[in-house]
Amino acid sequence: MTFLVDLLAATLRNATPLVYGTVGETYAERSGILNLGIEGTMYAGAFAGFVTAWATGSPLLGLGAAIAVGLGAGAVMALMTVTFGANQHVSGIGLTIALIGLSEFTNRLIFAGGELQRIEPMPTVNPFGELGGIGAIFDQYGLTWVAFLVVVPAAWWLLQRSSFGLEVRAVGENPEAADAAGVNVVRTRYLALMLGGALMAIGGAFITLALLGSFTLDIIAGRGWVCVALVIFGRWRIGRGVIGALIFSLVFSLQFRLRILPGFGELPFELLLALPYLVVIGALALSGRNVAYPGAYLKPYRRS
Amino acid sequence: MRISIWSTPILVVIAILITFAITAVPILLAGANPIEAYIAFVITPLTSPFTLLEVLVSATPILFTGAAVAIAFRAGYWNIGAEGQLLLGAIAAAGIGTVVGGLPPLVALPLMVVGGALAGAAWALPPALLRVRFGIDEVVTTLLLNPVALLLVNGLLHGPWRDPVTGFPESPRINASAEFPALIERSRLHFGFLLALVVIAVAGYVLGRTPTGLRLRAAGLSPQGARFAGINISRTLLGAALVSGAIAGIAGVSEVAGIQNRLTGGLSPGYGYTGIVVATLGTLTMPGVTLAALFIGDLTVGASSAARSLGIPSQLGAVVQGVLLLTTVALLALRRNRFRRTEGADTPSATGDVAPEAAPG
Repeated sequence: MTFLVDLLAATLRNATPLVYGTVGETYAERSGILNLGIEGTMYAGAFAGFVTAWATGSPLLGLGAAIAVGLGAGAVMALMTVTFGANQHVSGIGLTIALIGLSEFTNRLIFAGGELQRIEPMPTVNPFGELGGIGAIFDQYGLTWVAFLVVVPAAWWLLQRSSFGLEVRAVGENPEAADAAGVNVVRTRYLALMLGGALMAIGGAFITLALLGSFTLDIIAGRGWVCVALVIFGRWRIGRGVIGALIFSLVFSLQFRLRILPGFGELPFELLLALPYLVVIGALALSGRNVAYPGAYLKPYRRS
Repeated sequence: MRISIWSTPILVVIAILITFAITAVPILLAGANPIEAYIAFVITPLTSPFTLLEVLVSATPILFTGAAVAIAFRAGYWNIGAEGQLLLGAIAAAGIGTVVGGLPPLVALPLMVVGGALAGAAWALPPALLRVRFGIDEVVTTLLLNPVALLLVNGLLHGPWRDPVTGFPESPRINASAEFPALIERSRLHFGFLLALVVIAVAGYVLGRTPTGLRLRAAGLSPQGARFAGINISRTLLGAALVSGAIAGIAGVSEVAGIQNRLTGGLSPGYGYTGIVVATLGTLTMPGVTLAALFIGDLTVGASSAARSLGIPSQLGAVVQGVLLLTTVALLALRRNRFRRTEGADTPSATGDVAPEAAPG
């Protein structure tokens, strides 16, 4: 019982950065831009959030700094792919290399390789604490509550029900038609990428500000790439992407706990760590056959 | 041909200059003089025989990965997995290298190179099959296999391959007959550098002068057009993916047999990703890849010496690489748009400009 409660609590906790990242990437891709800058954006969000919270003593200011960095990263990606019409794969990888490099460079300048600095991690909130045993599932960080109860429904509503969401989907599906209908393609894609970038950066900052209370190198460790896979797994639907994030996180949290069980202890734990990645690839192989990509996916738009 | 600022060599030089202007900001933040820093990055490594050889040593792995990435990208196959394919090649080399003790180098070395190439190609195979059979985006699958490959390396090093003598997470040293010989005595420059040049020369010939190369380039420029011309796109993509993986695998062999002499966790500081920088900066041509790899090698040696002499964290090297990738690909896109406007044609990819049309599905 405690094993199950513990597992479910960890699943929600570990899914949080993936939920922010997946929702952010969904906005980018629905507007027609594959943003491989996600790994770097999450990394820079994690670092900027931490260093600001460390310097000011305020995790909220840290979160604000991460959002600012995310907006900036999204704007750079938009400049590259929307304004210049540059190749999206290469631009995204370039952005990731530059942002990780810049974060590690600044980390080195500020902390000069000294001992690991810590901040007071954000507290957890548990409205169901009086339930006892099972209630521990809901002993979660504020950003986790916000992710599932605010960001996911709001992002879904904005994308599927608002006029802005309609414009995002239109420029991602058929930019010529959207343009002819009076939608500003450039502005819409900039906004979608910047909104997505801010969400990705919050996902990264969650790890330093809440989960760990510290910044270490390689802190994102491929979570951004996982989000890109989850978006395809979810077929560009926010709800399905979030379910994918929960499944990935469940496998991730499970392998972590399997290690201490007899029998599994014999296996090198790296093999179990690889399990979630293999599960995502397997899920893509099963569910991703001939999926309908957004119509203008990877295509820069030029008025002719 | 008329000389214009849009010709490829000038374009790349402009990209480098813009990059240096942008990265002057972090250099100033580090309290150093940008001009001095760039002299330290670019010129200083070229001024002594020792550092000059180190530039070639640094260029060796990224000559391989740059060529690997360029071949795949030319075919319109977005292999972002060179990092993982390199690690698989390294695993194969470390494994083969420890069991070939009785064999002469003339047998042992080809065995390692072929084994590493096969391992790299094998790691590249599943994403390629998923792409050509089911239309599943190779970007995500090749990317996700990179952390898996690193976990495989670490699993081996903390498990069955842990050094029995020292207990360090390093595989046992490979046999002497499996080590790449040094090209110049008492230097770290090894046979892998020569091998890289040979691979690049062969790749350049095949790409530019053979029907196979023509099919590959046609598939990348316009999959529809190539299909109408009777080219089997699936086979072409599969071939490009496997060759790309094999060359990346040889990069891993080269690092194990030439530098580390064993498998280590820190074998590759991201050579697979740097391969993307090298391929793009080299505009996906083999002469371009060669020059770009030498330039990035130069910067890498310069960045680590500038860290000591000027107090600029060596991580600036990564910043320069990322920004350089962005400025290069932006300028290439601007050139493409410019040609499109002035000539109304969709043509300038003759220089190996990355075609944006090759979407999966």
